[in-house]
Amino acid sequence: MRKYIFSRLIQLVPILLGITFLTFALIQLSAEDAVDMIYRQSGSVSEEILAAKRAELGLDQPFLIQYGNWLKGVVTGDMGRSFISGKLVFETFAEKLPATIELMTVSILLTIFIATPLGIISAVNQNKFVDYVIRALSFVGNSMPNFFAGLLLIYFLALKLNLLPIISNDWRGVIMPALTLTISMGAKYTRQIRAVVLEELQKPYVLGARSRGIDEFTILTKSVLKSALTMIITLLALSIGSLLGGTAIVETIFMWDGVGKMAVDAILMRDYPLIQAYVVWMAIIYVMINLLADLLYRQLDPRVAYEENLND
Amino acid sequence: MIKSRYRPLIPYLILAGILIFIAIFAPYLTPFDPYAQDLEGALSPPNAQNLLGTDRYGRDVLSRVIMGSQVTLCAALLLLATITIIGSLIGALCGYIGGKVDTILMRTSDIFLAFPQMVFAIAVAGVLGGGLFNAAAALAIIGWTKYARISRALVLSIRKMPYIDAAKMAGTSSAGILFHHVLPNIAGPVLVTAALDIGTIIMELAGLSFLGLGAMPPTAEWGAMMNNGRSMIQTASWVILAPGSAIFVTVAIFNLLGDKLRDVLDVMRNS
Repeated sequence: MRKYIFSRLIQLVPILLGITFLTFALIQLSAEDAVDMIYRQSGSVSEEILAAKRAELGLDQPFLIQYGNWLKGVVTGDMGRSFISGKLVFETFAEKLPATIELMTVSILLTIFIATPLGIISAVNQNKFVDYVIRALSFVGNSMPNFFAGLLLIYFLALKLNLLPIISNDWRGVIMPALTLTISMGAKYTRQIRAVVLEELQKPYVLGARSRGIDEFTILTKSVLKSALTMIITLLALSIGSLLGGTAIVETIFMWDGVGKMAVDAILMRDYPLIQAYVVWMAIIYVMINLLADLLYRQLDPRVAYEENLND
Repeated sequence: MIKSRYRPLIPYLILAGILIFIAIFAPYLTPFDPYAQDLEGALSPPNAQNLLGTDRYGRDVLSRVIMGSQVTLCAALLLLATITIIGSLIGALCGYIGGKVDTILMRTSDIFLAFPQMVFAIAVAGVLGGGLFNAAAALAIIGWTKYARISRALVLSIRKMPYIDAAKMAGTSSAGILFHHVLPNIAGPVLVTAALDIGTIIMELAGLSFLGLGAMPPTAEWGAMMNNGRSMIQTASWVILAPGSAIFVTVAIFNLLGDKLRDVLDVMRNS
């Protein structure tokens, strides 16, 4: 296992270099000049001042040197200052990240607690009324764009039924944005968990357990739930990418003060250092979570590593 | 006569056909000019004349939703066709040639895949400066990798088939084998993936427009319409509900079609 972790970490190096390089190159694509952006509001500024600022920021150096300097900044947490607020980019990002993590955690927990029982109930009652209802619901959730789901929640829960405030600073504030993310994620999870439980229920060991007189509930909780759990880990790794993207839209709708809203605001203001930090860190977080999920998956299901050894 | 195994697809093909018909003939189907402003009649709720009400400039929402089908479907299908063709060609080439080309292209796709799709698209669309074309380009930059991987894996298994050896011995050129023997055989699974992807692409494109990074006003595009009406959800909910439902119904129809297509082709493979 330790050897495997080490080899995976080595594989990460070119990926991380690629991510940072691409992010850096992306911003260079923009037509705007960083120094012009900084002095945008200051009216006319002499060429000398512009040139001095350019030298100070290292913008007069060749592309690869600039990339190297920037990369050093990513590693040491010095990613320059925002064009707009003048605050340190890394500080701003670190300040807003907890809100996004909170939102993601709540929606992942909601998803697991809603989708797992629904998926199992659906599978156990295959082709019965309950199954059809759950499948229809998960189909609807899967076809609903998150910005529409969010606006519908606002419309019904906040405006029509007055159950929740649209924006609130206490615990109620997280419910609607988290629920929005949960709708599409939960729909996918329910579907997959149903499929995996159906498959598991066909296996000989379930038949064996049944014939030994073990009741259905024990079979479900002791054996089938475990396969659902490994499925959830796989799904988490797969859906974290769309979840990270989804937070940008949902945070914007609900004025949730996280990195997603920060990025959308930064894009509208053309605040490139912030956008760079957002993209690069989201990608790093994404890659890391995928690695963690992979390791966790191998821990939970020893067959994965075993089969790989057979193939070698 | 349509083969019986394709029969379950018919209702969904008809539904998708209706959508595409509406999209193609949108300019002739709108009851009003979708861009004609009438400030006196602004924000009137749904009534006998404006079946879905009017927006804040007094434009007929139904006409804009119909017109939006053209913008949205056109952009989504063109984008999908582009990434499917480019992606599968690259993948097929990688799988068929192997060696350095394969390594370089696949490692490149690894890097693109390391970005969360929407995060990257938001940044690219933002840097390119909005517009529907730029939004589609932003999604395409990552989108092709999926098709490259699928077709590469398929080609790797097809390459070992006896009929490829037979074609080689018969003196068929590499390009001939690729286009006549390899590509037709990967078409099925690639098509299913593409069909299942339509819904996601429509949602992502509309999502970018909703953030103000895609179609620009006054374009009648569903996501942009919802962005425009966002602040009026309390007073004029129809401005949001109409385009939102249009996205939902469109995505739902294509998701159903994709699901059925996969089922049908799976049955074919198993039998």
